[in-house]
Amino acid sequence: MDKNIKVGMADYKVASGEEVLITLGLGSCVGVIIYDSSKKIAGMAHIMLPSSLEIKNNSNKMKFADTCIDLMMDELLKLKVSKTSLKAKIAGGAQMFSVSLNTESLNIGKRNVIAVKEKLKSLNIPIIAEDVLGNHGRTIKFDCNNQQLNIKSIGKGEHII
Amino acid sequence: MDFSMDNINGLYLDVLKEIGNIGSGNAATSLSKMINKSVNMEVPNIEVIETEKVVEIFEDEEEITVGVYINFNGDINGTILTLLDKASSDNLVRILFGKKPESDIYNEIESSVIQELGNIMSSGYVTSISMMTSLNINISVPAVNIDMVSSILSVPAVEYGLESDKLILIENKLEIDDEKIKCYFFFMPDLTSFDTLFRSLGVLGNG
Repeated sequence: MDKNIKVGMADYKVASGEEVLITLGLGSCVGVIIYDSSKKIAGMAHIMLPSSLEIKNNSNKMKFADTCIDLMMDELLKLKVSKTSLKAKIAGGAQMFSVSLNTESLNIGKRNVIAVKEKLKSLNIPIIAEDVLGNHGRTIKFDCNNQQLNIKSIGKGEHII
Repeated sequence: MDFSMDNINGLYLDVLKEIGNIGSGNAATSLSKMINKSVNMEVPNIEVIETEKVVEIFEDEEEITVGVYINFNGDINGTILTLLDKASSDNLVRILFGKKPESDIYNEIESSVIQELGNIMSSGYVTSISMMTSLNINISVPAVNIDMVSSILSVPAVEYGLESDKLILIENKLEIDDEKIKCYFFFMPDLTSFDTLFRSLGVLGNG
């Protein structure tokens, strides 16, 4: 059985034990991992946009920081994680291109990071480690077993947070 | 009737195909003049896809690609993304600059060569649309980045995600066989601009 579980854009997955959660080539999106280290249960969300409240077309709840994290939390709680021992790691939120005409929307990476941090704060989940912003893409892998988040970027190699 | 993602049909798709054809034809001519080689062009591919799926259109989401990104604005607004796989981009740098890039990440000169190439091709694309429709369109200074293809494609996905669940992708492929160069063009007007485009071409009435 493949222990790698891929998380696509505007999606989330939960995993446990020996499983590894993966998102390939995060750009301005943010990857959020919420985990319970004693139970080795984790969820990874691939957040596309900061807020479901700012947008008319918000039918896909998994696009947004606020609603996607809520959905993932529901699923984690069903697996009987301990709410008070949850921790988070986040990565992504890059600004891939700086183009003069439409800077506001292009800086959505930063807005995604801010929105994710606010949401985690409201849930009282501490952020243990982060690798955010910059202008490069990231492939992230979270190992449920040791709770290490491996981050790979072009020209920068791999590192673990 | 206003145009929307829900009533896009064969006629609209044919018109978009023609727009893509003319735009990329002009871009191909610009490229051909620049490198003094003949450029092949494929019939454009029009796809209406969910915004979040655009990052998965390439088989290998981690493939290193070179993206040149421009915004256009005026009577219509949107973006053009020119995408080259790394080998194609390296070949173009070699043809234009006389020397193959030595590392994965381009230095300033190599990067500006590709930036200029994206600029000329995108201008060619936009100019032909502007002439065909009599619409006034300006383009921004292009931005270049070398990275994994899905992280580059996340930029249009996120931009369109702000206004719609779907994205109309007008995709073109240019090829130069003997140099093994493949170049993709993504022309992505925003939603209200489609309305303007169709009206200017007489496809939508003024009612």
